[in-house]
Amino acid sequence: MSRMGYDGIAVCVPVTVPYSRYSLRSAHWFCGRALADLIAGAGVAKADVDGFCISSFTLAPDSAVGLTQHLGVSPRWLDHIPMGGASGAVALRRAARAVQCGDADIVACIAGDTNHVDSFRNTIASFSQFANDAVYPYGSGGPNASFAFLTDHYMREFGAAREDFGKLCVAQRDNALSTPHAMMKRPLSLDDYLNARPIADPLRLFDCVMPCAGAEAFLVMSDDRAKSLGLPHATILSTIERHNAYPDDPIQIRAGWAMDVDGFYDHAGVGPQDIDFVQAYDDYPVICFMQIEDLGFCPKGEAAAFVREHDLTTAGDFPFNTSGGQLSVGQAGAAGGSLGLVESIRQLTDQCLGKAVDGAHVGLASCFGMINYDRGLCTSAAILGRSTR
Amino acid sequence: MTTPLPPPRKKDPVARTRAPTQPPGNRSREAQGLTAMAAVGRFALQCCADCGQVQYPPRQICGQCLGDDLPWRDVDTSGTLLAETKLHHANDLFFRDRVPWRLGVVGMDAGPSVVAHLAEDCRQGDRVNLSLNLDRSGHAVMNARPETPGPNQEDDMQLRELSMDPKGRRVLIVNGKTALGLALARSFKAAGSREIFVGQAEPWKAAPAFEAIKALDGVTTFPLDVTDTDSVGELASVLGGKVEILVNNSYHLRPGGAVDRMDMNVSREEMDIHYFGLLRLAGTFGAAMRGRGADGAHGACAWVNVLSAYAQVNNPAFGTYSASQAAARSLAQCLRAEMAPGGIRVVNAYVGPLDDEWHQMVPPPKLGPDTVAARVIRALQQGHEDLAIGAVAEEIAERLAENPKEIEREIKL
Repeated sequence: MSRMGYDGIAVCVPVTVPYSRYSLRSAHWFCGRALADLIAGAGVAKADVDGFCISSFTLAPDSAVGLTQHLGVSPRWLDHIPMGGASGAVALRRAARAVQCGDADIVACIAGDTNHVDSFRNTIASFSQFANDAVYPYGSGGPNASFAFLTDHYMREFGAAREDFGKLCVAQRDNALSTPHAMMKRPLSLDDYLNARPIADPLRLFDCVMPCAGAEAFLVMSDDRAKSLGLPHATILSTIERHNAYPDDPIQIRAGWAMDVDGFYDHAGVGPQDIDFVQAYDDYPVICFMQIEDLGFCPKGEAAAFVREHDLTTAGDFPFNTSGGQLSVGQAGAAGGSLGLVESIRQLTDQCLGKAVDGAHVGLASCFGMINYDRGLCTSAAILGRSTR
Repeated sequence: MTTPLPPPRKKDPVARTRAPTQPPGNRSREAQGLTAMAAVGRFALQCCADCGQVQYPPRQICGQCLGDDLPWRDVDTSGTLLAETKLHHANDLFFRDRVPWRLGVVGMDAGPSVVAHLAEDCRQGDRVNLSLNLDRSGHAVMNARPETPGPNQEDDMQLRELSMDPKGRRVLIVNGKTALGLALARSFKAAGSREIFVGQAEPWKAAPAFEAIKALDGVTTFPLDVTDTDSVGELASVLGGKVEILVNNSYHLRPGGAVDRMDMNVSREEMDIHYFGLLRLAGTFGAAMRGRGADGAHGACAWVNVLSAYAQVNNPAFGTYSASQAAARSLAQCLRAEMAPGGIRVVNAYVGPLDDEWHQMVPPPKLGPDTVAARVIRALQQGHEDLAIGAVAEEIAERLAENPKEIEREIKL
């Protein structure tokens, strides 16, 4: 059976609850503020939002269910996706189908987390059974250690250099300088990057995201509804989602995108050459390299050369993480999985907070999450287009 | 090449001793199976009984065929180092105090990829050997070392943080008046122990073994009678802050059970030496050792109890002796839990009949004291926790695992 398109679906009202390094607020507050901004932005009543898709690490002991009572909403469609960094495009595709089928009229996709002084350590100290048993007791390095392994292996396998990752990080920082809520606003030079404090060889400070508190959110509804509300909106050309791809690879060099990439572009009716900007998941630069490869912009192992040959700034020939990405804006827990998607909506609806990509009509947002043991298990991605209606 | 172990620094009496912390010790029930294997020195992983797939990390359902019968089987320890890192930042206190810390991902020939502590002289692409060892929290961890051991590999500082290597450490051997005491003193010396303290009870009674011990270099003897609380306390006040490995090797064996030899005096002596003796040592040396569990590369690390294999199942020919050994074993389990916060590991060595004057009427196989001493040293170097030494002890362990009722009915001499 061929896949249904996303005709008639609008993605709109990009919302960011500004990030802070630490917060005394709870995840409920961040999700609640996101909802308040969504309904204010859309000009609808709280009761008009009848679907919710929630993603958060720090709501515990609550889930999306508890949040409904906390926020006083009575949705007829509710989802809580435990996919962390992969949650953005996953929430989008589920919400779109719910609206298409009439199970909900307006779905709020909210990803938010708080960051108390010790909550990052608590999150990684009990992240998953496999991580508790077989990773955390080894140095308790958390994702730094896991990505150090992937980076070390990738560099030796494919000949990528620190300078190549550095070029990407420097370009993203350049992009972040015009993003008002970015946590890191000081220009970054390649020297700064190369000589930063070592964290987990070969990773240094600016290879690592800064955990913080914040939320990202957007609404999914019919384009008729969006139009009647006067909301600028983007359309969905294609989405993909995959979990635990390539389990037989002894160490991760690729992820689910590579399994699904052909159908992804076929469904969208566009190819990599038609993409005007890419918002990739970027908790560490090596995973950006894998996305550039697995999403078809260059063959496997050639991302370093690709990055050397392209300008990744917003004004460049390959605009990449145009808000600065998590590496410069910060990683607000699960919100990191929606940051690129929310920026994509802004770029395609002329609502940029920072610099706009000139003439952007088609954008790609890609998500990655959940180092359950030795590799990230969840991937998702979406191609969004500028609405012509 | 591994950097040779530097000699211990003289302790600064003013400086604060590093407080003991443990590596993360939160493990699932399934992962405790790995700890059970490491405790006895095996390298075993779950293997699916249906499809043969080797599983790691531990689990309850086969990741290949969804079977649920996953027995632990010894597997090939070799593999290739796929990736390495050196952590400069850690989230938990134990490693935060010890960075930089090397880790690797090993692609095992047996199938799974595992995260492992990494020896100093392994590089990406190298062939490596894995071992399962108990860390300071008492849980099993994977360690990767070069396939061909290089010089000084036992000096690797990371492994030393996990193991209980006697090299450079100070040892107290509780009873120097037996052949076992002498064998232990010689073996610790050969293993590179810095100082060996040896106790003797009843100084009026001559013992050839003790004379031989006194003749060894680097050995100091002290009066120590484990049946006398004051004697134990006095020695602890002198040595408590210096002992890094304590070996409780005192034993008192007389034949006889409950019905045919109703002799309260012998039974009381057995309890006094085995059970109350351990209690007195624990109450005086325990806290001092626990406080020095993180005191650098030569900190306190282990408490060894030499126990009879009959501590695990009563041998009626030595009925009251077995019972007092069982009491000591139970107390040793308590000690293990109480010493854990200091990272001090309690090693229980279960021995079969020794080849000494008190086992004259016991048929072979009997254990030479050198065999016991060598196994104790190896367990400390490799981080094992429960050892069955000798054919009798090994057989008892196996029969207990298989059918405890059978051995209870059949055991006799």
